[in-house]
Amino acid sequence: MRNHIIKKVALGIAVIVTSVFARAELTIEITQGSDNPTSIAIVPFKSPVGLPEDVAAIVSADLQRSGQFDPIPRKNMLALPQSASEVFYRDWRALGGEYLVIGGIENVGGNYQVWYELYDVLNQRQIDRDRATASPKDLRGLAHFVSDKVYEKITGIRGAFSTKIAYVEVQRDKSNPKNATYRLVRADADGAREQSILESKHPLLSPRWSPDGKKIAYVSFETSRPAVFIQDIFSGQRQQMTNFQGLNGAPSWSPDGKQLAFVLSKDGNPEIYTMDIATKRYSRITNHFAIDTEPSWSGDGKSIIFTSNRGGQPQIYQVTLASGRVERLTFYGDYNARSSLSPDGKTMVMVHREDGVFHIAAQNVETGDMRILTETHLDESPSIAPNGAMLLYATQHNGKGILAAVSLDAGVKFRLPSQEGDVREPAWSPFLQ
Amino acid sequence: MKMLKQGFGLIIFTAVLAGCSSTQTTEAPEPAPADTGAGSMGADSGSVVDEPTEPEVQLDTVFYFDFDQAILRPDARIALAGHAAELKSSPRSVRLEGHADERGSREYNMALGERRANAVRDFLVLQGVDASLIETISYGEEQPLALGMSESSWSQNRRVELK
Repeated sequence: MRNHIIKKVALGIAVIVTSVFARAELTIEITQGSDNPTSIAIVPFKSPVGLPEDVAAIVSADLQRSGQFDPIPRKNMLALPQSASEVFYRDWRALGGEYLVIGGIENVGGNYQVWYELYDVLNQRQIDRDRATASPKDLRGLAHFVSDKVYEKITGIRGAFSTKIAYVEVQRDKSNPKNATYRLVRADADGAREQSILESKHPLLSPRWSPDGKKIAYVSFETSRPAVFIQDIFSGQRQQMTNFQGLNGAPSWSPDGKQLAFVLSKDGNPEIYTMDIATKRYSRITNHFAIDTEPSWSGDGKSIIFTSNRGGQPQIYQVTLASGRVERLTFYGDYNARSSLSPDGKTMVMVHREDGVFHIAAQNVETGDMRILTETHLDESPSIAPNGAMLLYATQHNGKGILAAVSLDAGVKFRLPSQEGDVREPAWSPFLQ
Repeated sequence: MKMLKQGFGLIIFTAVLAGCSSTQTTEAPEPAPADTGAGSMGADSGSVVDEPTEPEVQLDTVFYFDFDQAILRPDARIALAGHAAELKSSPRSVRLEGHADERGSREYNMALGERRANAVRDFLVLQGVDASLIETISYGEEQPLALGMSESSWSQNRRVELK
């Protein structure tokens, strides 16, 4: 009895594990940049003829999207150096450039090798250089590699341009809103190279990356009621983790990747549970007649923050796993939900209602001060980048569900609208190998 | 403030109970009478038109809720009392699907939808319906009836559907 093993359920044609590249990529629209961005020039890279990607343009877009940089437009450049000997600092000082990046792509034994050099224009010296190799399919990955290195060298913060995002895309039949196609999608952090990893006629929600970035946990309604699944991103292999009466939802990985927390209402009431993934043994963590849901682990794995309406409205609480002690964390506003902690544990982000409008807010964990980060409406599902610089969230724009991003200091904002369907529930991956 | 709200909820709940016990005896519609053969006569066209047919009482099967609430409204209780009477006289399995509007967080709305479905189930059981006949499921905000970013759409989506 104590060993609650769930039998593997044969999954028919209810869902299709897919690995095709989809048509509608997300395109970025920057809505607010930093007040004082760093001026940087990314010179077009020396490349073989017919290269399918403009690597320097990708680097430039990455840095611009961070909000910390203001790339100098190509048409303003006075020279296009392709080696150290061609770099003349006065060309870049004249444009107000603070940093300069040059580089090139070479075909090495069927693979592409990228090299770059980063110059400090004001101090007139080279401050970084590196190179990397990737398969011909991964030119964008090489570009993101350069972006990560340049960003870290200048800001001191590890770049997250090489990370991925997952989200749910929904195509809804306008004449019959209940008739919809759901896709679980994986894409680069800039929205490019989107790839559908699961397609279903039944709701898909709450995708969460495993800490090693190799799996995604999510909720699917394909068995006619909600169940938590884990899917290997690369093999497509999936495993049903829960099959209980009532709610089976809101999965969250423990920091060591060995456990899932989720919500079950099998005993009549939504409660937080944890499950050992290998053995499927589970234990109940909360015990209250109110709604307890949306668990999210603390970085040390010793506690879980969650949403509960035990005080009358949804607020954020924390339960210490060893003692079971529950403590309320939010006191500002009458609706706080779906919280998670930044990688340094200093900031907690959440959905927050202010004057009837739903925004994303950040609370300083130490002081309890709360700050509203977004100006959009119907905001939900905040997911913080692994470097803690920005978060992605879901919102509405022109009557469609879109993804948007905001920096944790609220200084930088951009949108990632999809050309087709509604996109929602972004999940930012951890750093990937 | 919180105490007041809870107190208010209790008053409503009490009113619900009082309301339904009276509706049950006075207003609960009888199960539809068995077909007395009008259908077969229908094959012979003409004569049916003059036949005074009793209009079948259609009970609401969708019940609406206030934002972040799972308390049954008075009109829903009247209709549900009717369903309870039907289900007691001719038992069948029913499925209660709880839904929420799109505002707020998705998994919280999933729990809210379940709360709403449970509120309907509990009402039916209190009226004497066999609990084993009732299945509940929540779709949260995943299956809106109305698309649109206004209260007129949202209010249609905060619902339980009896099927």
